[in-house]
Amino acid sequence: MAGQGTTTVPNGAGQTAAAKPRRAARRGIGPGLRTFLIFAVLVGLGALIFPSSYFYRVGTLVWINTLAVTGIVVLLGYVGLVSLGHAGFFAIGAYATAILPNYGIPSPLAMLAGVALAGGLALVVGRPILKLSGYYLAIATLGLGMLIWMVLSKEAWLTGGPDGMVVSGMNARNLFKLVGLKLKSAEAWYWVAGFAAAIGAAIAVNLAGSPTGRALRAIHDSDVAARSLGIDVARAKSLAFVISALYAAVAGALLALANGYITPETGGFMHSVEMVTMAVLGGASSVFGALVGALILTALPQLLTVFADYEHMVLGGIMVLTMTLMRRGLVPFIADLWTRRKS
Amino acid sequence: MSELSQFLVSGVTVGAIYAAIALGFTLIYNASGVVNFAQGEFVVIGGMTAAALIGAGVPVWIAAPLAVFAGMLVGVVLYQLAIKPAREAPLVSLIIITIGASIFLRGAMQAVFDKQIHRYDGFSGDAPLRVGGATILPQSLWIVGGSIAVFAFLAWFLNRTRAGRGIKATASNRMAAALVGINTGRAMNLSFALSAAIGALAGVLATPVTFTSYDVGVLMALKGFSATMLGGVGSPLGALAGGLLIGLIEAMTAGYISSDYKDASAFVVILLVLFLRPQGLFGARITERV
Repeated sequence: MAGQGTTTVPNGAGQTAAAKPRRAARRGIGPGLRTFLIFAVLVGLGALIFPSSYFYRVGTLVWINTLAVTGIVVLLGYVGLVSLGHAGFFAIGAYATAILPNYGIPSPLAMLAGVALAGGLALVVGRPILKLSGYYLAIATLGLGMLIWMVLSKEAWLTGGPDGMVVSGMNARNLFKLVGLKLKSAEAWYWVAGFAAAIGAAIAVNLAGSPTGRALRAIHDSDVAARSLGIDVARAKSLAFVISALYAAVAGALLALANGYITPETGGFMHSVEMVTMAVLGGASSVFGALVGALILTALPQLLTVFADYEHMVLGGIMVLTMTLMRRGLVPFIADLWTRRKS
Repeated sequence: MSELSQFLVSGVTVGAIYAAIALGFTLIYNASGVVNFAQGEFVVIGGMTAAALIGAGVPVWIAAPLAVFAGMLVGVVLYQLAIKPAREAPLVSLIIITIGASIFLRGAMQAVFDKQIHRYDGFSGDAPLRVGGATILPQSLWIVGGSIAVFAFLAWFLNRTRAGRGIKATASNRMAAALVGINTGRAMNLSFALSAAIGALAGVLATPVTFTSYDVGVLMALKGFSATMLGGVGSPLGALAGGLLIGLIEAMTAGYISSDYKDASAFVVILLVLFLRPQGLFGARITERV
């Protein structure tokens, strides 16, 4: 948790900020590595208690969603920008991974291509829009997401149309076979997804503490103040937008491979809303918020069958209530309660 | 030639709907600075309520005002429960709140009504009128007339009445308005009520032509945004012109390019406007208050 979220070190004393990582380095463990280890322990704990393949599949979904929402944390939590079209980037990653192997391109390369395409698109679209105020990004990404969804559902010759398509290619089991481990497919994907989420979280945490991350958080507090400090605001926002699109695309590619099947709804508006809700509910300022939000909103529909009927009302209600009652989300809210009780 | 005039007619018809949505949107934006992502849901509330009432045998001249009133009520509740508690919140929280409200209303509509597509007969029947090679549904005239009436009403209300001037004063400076004795709370309520009523009215008028279902709100809101942005955010004249233009572009896309992608044209317009002329056609240059 160090170096992010809660309170920033008063920067008047430059040496405090500089001394902190050095002290951490002496203990041999930085905030990124620490986050990675916490995530790794949680992934392992899950594997210890899961009784069946079904749990592994839900667990895989939780980690994939955590990864995607970590991207939202970078954009929404660090910089304070809302995207309502991130499912579009997610779907680009997923569909590239699904489509390209049919043309003889191996899965890992297809994944890379999808991720690069999503990042490139975010760069091209984001730059001019991000010069304007926050509303414009929300509206433009809403439109962009719908456009991507539309192409995915209409171009049936390429994507299978509204019915979706089967993803053939790599299976994570084979990765584990290389090192002599025999795992079921569901278990193998669980470990891969958990590992990806842990790496993603570590990168996001390290980003938060880096000069770029500090610039991003300065923009969160005030565009103008950040600019007066010499931060290239448009460039920094665009960077955060691209990074978050990359997260979404990697998560999408993983989902395509793990599920073996995808539909245009992975790129639909409701999926974009779901990602934002996860971030908002857990607390968009930290990767642990992403994890908690993803865990709750992935597990809830599995536990409550009525959820399906009232999905929209629950998601919408969570967004409104969180924003009016505990604006920073569950994780910071509980952390506050905890520290208050201790003192 | 008759083909083109047919596209023009349908373009103006849907354009008038988008214009009405954009006007409702502009009203809230001007009064509160909030971009209300739930604006499209009012259209659905209007359409679905009217469809349910008419389906239950209520005559249309009673059902229509009731549906508009239902939309208005939801507008005020939305303001009181979701927007007002977060009035001092940063922009990003307000965006999330109105999006959340929009999703919530969508779910509520699905629970209260159903997931079917609804329509009812046009107010003056469905026998098309023939005008110079094009056929016009009588309902189209209702829609276009309705949008023009809304525009005229807003122009009169905001400039000529006490309550309307109160909204304008509240918009330009809430504290100063309160200091000169304007009830700013009432002005905000009023602007949400009016804006919701306008949206619901658009839904009531449009449903015989465009049909409605619980999930079209976001699409409607997005078309409304496109219209607003094309015309220039905050300008009522811009909202009207932008709405008609978006409608025409959409109809031409459907007619000459691909009906699969007619919904895409609005998004392409948004992106082009953002790239080339962010202040829109009639908008003032964007200046930020710090």
